[in-house]
Amino acid sequence: MTASHSRPQDAPAADRSDLVEAEDLKIHFPIRAGIFKTEVGTVKAVDGISFQIRRGETLGMVGESGCGKSTTGRALIRLREPTAGTVRFDGVDLGSLERDKLREMRRRMQIIFQDPYGSLDPRMTVGSIIAEPIDTHHLAKGAARKERIADLLRIVGLDPQYVNRYPHEFSGGQRQRIGVARALAVEPEFIVCDEPISALDVSIQAQVLNLLTDLRGQLGLTYLFIAHDLSVVKHISDRVAVMYLGKIVEIGPPDSTYAAPGHPYTRALLSAVPVPDPESERRRKRVVLQGDVPSPVDPPDGCRFHTRCWLYERLDKPAECRTVDPLLRTLQGEQEVACHFAEKALETDVGVAHIGHVPVRHGTPEAALASIRPGDGGVAAVAQTVGIEETSIDPSGSTSIPA
Amino acid sequence: MARPEDATTEADAPTIIEISPADVRRVRTSAEPGLAKRRKADKLLSVRGLSTHFFTPDGVVHAVDDVSFDVDYGETLGLVGESGCGKSVSALSIARLVPNPPGRIVAGEIIFDGIDVLKLNDEDMRGLRGKEIGFIFQDPLTSLNPTLTIGYQIAEPIRQHMTLSQKAAIDRVVELLSKVGIPRAKDRLNDYPHQFSGGMRQRVMIAIALSCDPTLILADEPTTALDVTIQAQILELIQKLSDEFSTAVLLITHDLGIAAGMCDRVSVMYAGRIVETGTVDELFANPRMPYAWGLLDSLPRLDDVRGDRLRTIEGMPPLLIEPPDACRFEPRCRFSRDICREREPDLTPRENPLHQARCWATEPDGWIA
Repeated sequence: MTASHSRPQDAPAADRSDLVEAEDLKIHFPIRAGIFKTEVGTVKAVDGISFQIRRGETLGMVGESGCGKSTTGRALIRLREPTAGTVRFDGVDLGSLERDKLREMRRRMQIIFQDPYGSLDPRMTVGSIIAEPIDTHHLAKGAARKERIADLLRIVGLDPQYVNRYPHEFSGGQRQRIGVARALAVEPEFIVCDEPISALDVSIQAQVLNLLTDLRGQLGLTYLFIAHDLSVVKHISDRVAVMYLGKIVEIGPPDSTYAAPGHPYTRALLSAVPVPDPESERRRKRVVLQGDVPSPVDPPDGCRFHTRCWLYERLDKPAECRTVDPLLRTLQGEQEVACHFAEKALETDVGVAHIGHVPVRHGTPEAALASIRPGDGGVAAVAQTVGIEETSIDPSGSTSIPA
Repeated sequence: MARPEDATTEADAPTIIEISPADVRRVRTSAEPGLAKRRKADKLLSVRGLSTHFFTPDGVVHAVDDVSFDVDYGETLGLVGESGCGKSVSALSIARLVPNPPGRIVAGEIIFDGIDVLKLNDEDMRGLRGKEIGFIFQDPLTSLNPTLTIGYQIAEPIRQHMTLSQKAAIDRVVELLSKVGIPRAKDRLNDYPHQFSGGMRQRVMIAIALSCDPTLILADEPTTALDVTIQAQILELIQKLSDEFSTAVLLITHDLGIAAGMCDRVSVMYAGRIVETGTVDELFANPRMPYAWGLLDSLPRLDDVRGDRLRTIEGMPPLLIEPPDACRFEPRCRFSRDICREREPDLTPRENPLHQARCWATEPDGWIA
């Protein structure tokens, strides 16, 4: 894969400028009813959010269904026209671009979808799925095109011989790799990963997550990683944004966001995540939010979370929460929170009580690792996995990028 | 779309439940009065050598192959594994709900509350389902009938299995709906499933499952379709109600975190077999099977360092057509030796006799003992 533009890891650290900027982004959907399809209301899917993603950074975005995280992801790469606000990519306002220029720009941004079954055309071969963006953007022809498709398959850990197979011949994890290869085909700088592993089994999730981590390092990619699973987001992100009902309620580096969350909603989310450790499960202090997320058609006045907020109850329902919509403000360091009483939230141990007791990762015991003898019976297995302890030999040994 | 119930839910319900650690973990003894009253046999459910095969054009799929486990009265047993490992088919077999054709229970014995389930005639089996065994499935939208009111659907098993007057039956439905946390239950009897949100529908499912005071609930991925905060609500509810009613739960899940928080004992399934079984503490603190290690390794966790590579299990589960006499996990196992390809290990006890694993390497004379 030839790098056609400078990769961020080449740039000096000080030059970590913003690659993607969203400013006061709003995406509303009209609700129409009756025979004249008159507008009877609007779903405020995304309701005024601003954030930046720096070059080479991974911004994680978490929240429950309907909070607007996927809509935000689509708006960033202009798959959705925002109702208001601007998205700038590499300093250029995407809304101001003509069609041709926008298409040119689109080459630099791609998306990986959640559903590896629905996002690949069942009647196209893997080769033609990956070739489509190459052809659209006239990136390669003839032998070079073929070579490029083979390269891409190798990069995502698939055998280039599979080029003439159809998606149904692959498992979910392999299909997601095909989706990744398609996204990489145009050598993008920025990839929106929209719940890329949610539909996969646990052991396959880890494979795809490792692939995305490797690619980020090798190709210097910038990700917006959208997921509902807080542990996955923590694993891969440099910064995490928590969304609730179309707003960002907290954003910051995972170390502070997870260890000392300032927003009561972040704490409630953390307290709800099941931890695979019976000991911490017993210790945890859970806040179970009652009821469902309110409708984004008619979000609550003031702070949108106050109708379910445990801190609001504890502080004896301060009027401010009902009347004033809190803005994002700096809490500590890079951590920003949209809560009037974030300092009060910090004083509690809600949602973090079980973190104080550091859970031990009980996976493969040391004795087992020590038992792997090179040249032993399970040669194939050992050869495949010998890299796991150190760093980065992919299962197929093919993650390396041809120069 | 405005969901009218949202507003009422918030207005009526208290905003939070805080659960102190002592409440979360119940300690059960078989001497508890609720349990003693229920006890009729040694174990509530005893599955021995269960094999359920699917006869497909491509061959016979050994979806569940010689599986044995017990569930004690009031106990929560977790069946954990990835898609296609046979955990759901095991549960369906217990209720004799395996679609036939193509599926059939080809061998084994299922003793429920002293009754040999596989020998029951269809009518007696219907008397068991819904009454003694309640069900909670993954997707409440497809499990509920969209054309019937929820009041009708909850009352259905009550009318089938209990001799109650109409008024008493309605009272019971209202009581159940309030128990599962649906506000203003009385006013909602005539609502249809689409008028409820996902979490609320799952509450309705739980109300149906509990309607005839069952001794066992089969919960098949009960929260997989739900958001994490709603999942927490539903799990608390299942735990609270199974305690209150002394109901045993067979919880089927792919989520090790849920298993850790909910179960007394856990069995891990892989490729149609139980590969490890033990108390929840033993299994998570001291797993003795490479597949269990791999599962625990491949989970990203809140205590991870960013950018760490996860140890993964390479490859994919095997096809279950004509499985060879070899360890089924061997092709993906980093620790395998010749014996693993020559003979399949049995599920044998480890240091603690209640802890069993199916692995040559961790047998007392194995190479990772």
